[in-house]
Amino acid sequence: MESKEMWQLFELTHPIQSMLAACKTPQEVVQISQEAQRTFEKLEKSTKPVVAAISGSCLGGGLELAISCQYRIATKDRKTVLGTPEVLLGLLPGAGGTQRLPKMVGVPAAFDMILTGRNIRADRAKKMGLVDQLVEPLGPGLKPAEERTIEYLEEVAVSFAKGLADKTISPKRDKGLMEKLTAYALTIPFVRQQIYKKVEEKVRKQTKGLYPAPLKIIDVVKTGIEQGTDAGYLSESQKFGELAMTKESKALMGLYHGQVLCKKNKFGVPQKEVKNLAILGAGLMGAGIAQVSVDKGLKTILKDATLPGLGRGQQQVFKGLNDKVKKKALTSFERDAIFSNLTGQLDYQGFEKADMVIEAVFEDLSLKHRVLKEVEAVIPDHCVFASNTSALPISEIAAVSKRPEKVIGMHYFSPVDKMQLLEIITTQKTSKDTTASAVAIGLKQGKVIIVVKDGPGFYTTRCLAPMMSEVIRILQEEVDPKKLDSLTTSFGFPVGAATLVDEVGVDVAKHVAEDLGKAFGERFGGGSLELLTQMVSKGFLGRKSGKGFYIYQEGVKSKNLNSDMDSILASLKMPPKSEVSSDEDIQYRLVTRFVNEAVMCLQEGILATPAEGDIGAVFGLGFPPCLGGPFRFVDLYGAQKVVDRLKKYEAAYGNQFTPCQLLIDHAASPSKKFYQ
Amino acid sequence: MTTILTYSFKNLPSTSKWALRFSLRPLSCSSQLRAAPAVQTKSKKTLAKPNIRNIVVVDGVRTPFLLSGTSYKDLMPHDLARAALTGLLHRTNVPKEVVDYIIFGTVIQEVKTSNVAREAALGAGFSDKTPAHTVTMACISANQAMTTGVGLLTSGQCDVIVAGGVELMSDVPIRHSRKMRKMMLDLNKAKTLGQRLSLLSKFRLNFLSPELPAVAEFSTSETMGHSADRLAAAFAVSRLEQDEYALRSHSLAKKAQDEGLLSDVVPFSVPGKDTITKDNGIRPSSLEQMAKLKPAFIKPYGTVTAANSSFLTDGASAMLIMAEEKALAMGYKPKAYLRDFMYVSQDPKDQLLLGPTYATPKVLEKAGLTMNDIDAFEFHEAFSGQILANFKAMDSDWFAQNHMGRKTK
Repeated sequence: MESKEMWQLFELTHPIQSMLAACKTPQEVVQISQEAQRTFEKLEKSTKPVVAAISGSCLGGGLELAISCQYRIATKDRKTVLGTPEVLLGLLPGAGGTQRLPKMVGVPAAFDMILTGRNIRADRAKKMGLVDQLVEPLGPGLKPAEERTIEYLEEVAVSFAKGLADKTISPKRDKGLMEKLTAYALTIPFVRQQIYKKVEEKVRKQTKGLYPAPLKIIDVVKTGIEQGTDAGYLSESQKFGELAMTKESKALMGLYHGQVLCKKNKFGVPQKEVKNLAILGAGLMGAGIAQVSVDKGLKTILKDATLPGLGRGQQQVFKGLNDKVKKKALTSFERDAIFSNLTGQLDYQGFEKADMVIEAVFEDLSLKHRVLKEVEAVIPDHCVFASNTSALPISEIAAVSKRPEKVIGMHYFSPVDKMQLLEIITTQKTSKDTTASAVAIGLKQGKVIIVVKDGPGFYTTRCLAPMMSEVIRILQEEVDPKKLDSLTTSFGFPVGAATLVDEVGVDVAKHVAEDLGKAFGERFGGGSLELLTQMVSKGFLGRKSGKGFYIYQEGVKSKNLNSDMDSILASLKMPPKSEVSSDEDIQYRLVTRFVNEAVMCLQEGILATPAEGDIGAVFGLGFPPCLGGPFRFVDLYGAQKVVDRLKKYEAAYGNQFTPCQLLIDHAASPSKKFYQ
Repeated sequence: MTTILTYSFKNLPSTSKWALRFSLRPLSCSSQLRAAPAVQTKSKKTLAKPNIRNIVVVDGVRTPFLLSGTSYKDLMPHDLARAALTGLLHRTNVPKEVVDYIIFGTVIQEVKTSNVAREAALGAGFSDKTPAHTVTMACISANQAMTTGVGLLTSGQCDVIVAGGVELMSDVPIRHSRKMRKMMLDLNKAKTLGQRLSLLSKFRLNFLSPELPAVAEFSTSETMGHSADRLAAAFAVSRLEQDEYALRSHSLAKKAQDEGLLSDVVPFSVPGKDTITKDNGIRPSSLEQMAKLKPAFIKPYGTVTAANSSFLTDGASAMLIMAEEKALAMGYKPKAYLRDFMYVSQDPKDQLLLGPTYATPKVLEKAGLTMNDIDAFEFHEAFSGQILANFKAMDSDWFAQNHMGRKTK
């Protein structure tokens, strides 16, 4: 009789990542997988009942261990999640997971888990049959709550192990009618074939063939079901080995590492913790920032200039929270308690207590100057002033400040509650403590943070701008926006390039293009700004105005091209250059300009590390995750090949494609890598 | 929410005849009662406060407390409350015009008699010139009624107060669903046949699913039994400890009942049925029998069972409280002095049922008393696991330091 506890013991990330990092060949990886398979099989076949007691995250290898036990008991709290996130690292569950899960939760649910890598909360896991019992977390007793809860979980687990041993408890679960019917249906080979086909179609559509792991997962699960467990295990370990060696997996793992790094505050603990936050401007961004702040318990003032504007912002915050209630991530009571952290107002009352003010007013330098002066008149000395802007240089905003060391940039991405990235911009005068404070707040808001130096467009906007310029050029060369979208998404961008302009807002894009064009000159040329200017003058501002390259209608899902764009595009038409206009060339023209600018940012010291550059590009701008970010891409694709392409396009178009020095250096010495 | 009404049997101090008389009293206010001059055991301190009137309990009565769904099941709450009030009038012979104010506590309100104090008082023959109101607070609504009365007395607003409590769990208001209610209300306003038909066409079968009164905390959606089970687990109170304590409570209550000590009970004659003279929930069992029961809330491994919790109860109580000088002038011999009280509240999720732990030391300190001054405490709680958890908490320096901001227990 024995009960095994394994809180986070086998947590996926560290053991597997370090193990895999050491492997040079697929065979070595296959061996690791097979060893784990054998160990877990012993566990499964053990004559002594083994109960898994789960509290906290039970992911990847941890889950595979748990499902090898005879019985699973999990703590029913928000921290406890189960899942197989291997697919997100370009892998598959390589320790029997692909074989056991379909038997345990049924084929459709198993596919869903393994292919999406989603986290499953404990109560959901119980319903699915992934865990057998739940234990409610306890409050404080004679010890701290967490400690006693773990102890209690262990006590309950031991009692179940005893019950299993003397057969008073059966490890078999009563299945519901639906489950029984599904299980029956799956005994029919034809039904199974249909399921495989359906899943495969869906995966192909979603991955566009860019990610090898999901298809291999389907294959391995199928092998196990159709040809028996032995064949399944063999296939699992082999495919695991193959996947571990893929570029995609290396790119995704790199991102994972980068993300871990960007979740730390390397500037230390700020002198004064921010408890009272004030946000200026209740627009889309301001309200979004408010939402991610109040739900972490920050007392937040949301100030706007007008009552309708403020009301809209408050509604946005409420809706964001209410959506969580609908998804059962919050109770309605918690929603109300969180919402009461928000104070909406039109004046500066209470700003004397603010520890940080984030302004998210309209992108206009003179307006930003005005609010900065107004705010500085009312805030206490220690209060940090952060500006949420996507392109206005922070030092220019700080120019009118009495205390420029307290001024910093915090560039959030829209929609704030969904986008993980926060780009923090420091000027030469920004103090380290101010930076530490901004990073601390960003982390509290759940953000992945990159800290960059000030400059036109900082890092993210600056990388996007040349690519956008190329988008315009490509459209001028009479490539249909739909075609352009499909070319970009099939390269791995989550959103097509034309759609992206619509989403960002044509006026914003124009604004940025003008500003950065002035600052950087030729390198940001290529497309004609006139296109954006004409769109703005016709009111085609993108999604927010209902028309951009596409037409947006409430409740209509399929997008139609905006036919009024035809005349604008026709008037700015340019002849395509056939030698650089193949589909692949179009894709690379976009990507290489992006990558070139990113590397230039590192060269100029805007970026501190390549890892931050990759995280910023993927999490903020949707750079294809399968490529791992611009720097990882150069490492994996080869700097020489990138330079060759840039030179080819330079010959056709001119300076905007001139590769930067750092890139040329890397091409010149193949041993030079951004990631060693 | 039935703790008050039901728990009078559970934690009866074995020696205190006094305690048996009042099923309703503020949480942990036993201290003042025990130390009060009226109880002449070892009066050491005077707890009278300068410039504040002394408040006394003249007498109190209650109906027999029954398991809900038994003999009282066809009654309405004000029927029970009325019985307690007439019993009090009979017991004390207080002239009805002397009563300045009547206050009752209840938790689940019957919508037809939302001010149940007034309806019951009118029916019981109190003066229709005596105002009445009803208060609510889960578990301790009758204590809330009493302390509200204390406030009216000390502030000089009133001299004579009747305070009581009533609960009828046999019948609770079950409502139509919100959608159905909305449709019915809209139908009322509809003027033309067309409007009515168009409203009716929106009817869906699921409108008919009823809405039950919440037995769970609104904030946490957790029922009290579930919370008690978690609390017992947090303090590592075993199933056996709980069963033993419950058995002790039932045995002592049975002894008190058999010896005729429950003199606060007034018989209740159910119309068309027998006259009820005794509580029917006192049922001492054996530890073996109790061990066989399955957990009632956290299944299958929890520890709170039907045998170690109080039952859902129907019953009512009432008592007469007065300013001391008024009572003496009217020739009453007070049974007790009401000296002090304390309300506390904590985290509704993890410390919902830890009130006694927080309130006891505070009320003692407030009254300038120590543990040594008290002969018997009386706590009214619904689950033996809960009261045992409270004992453990009160006995823990760690808990006092980390959760109560006290140096020692």
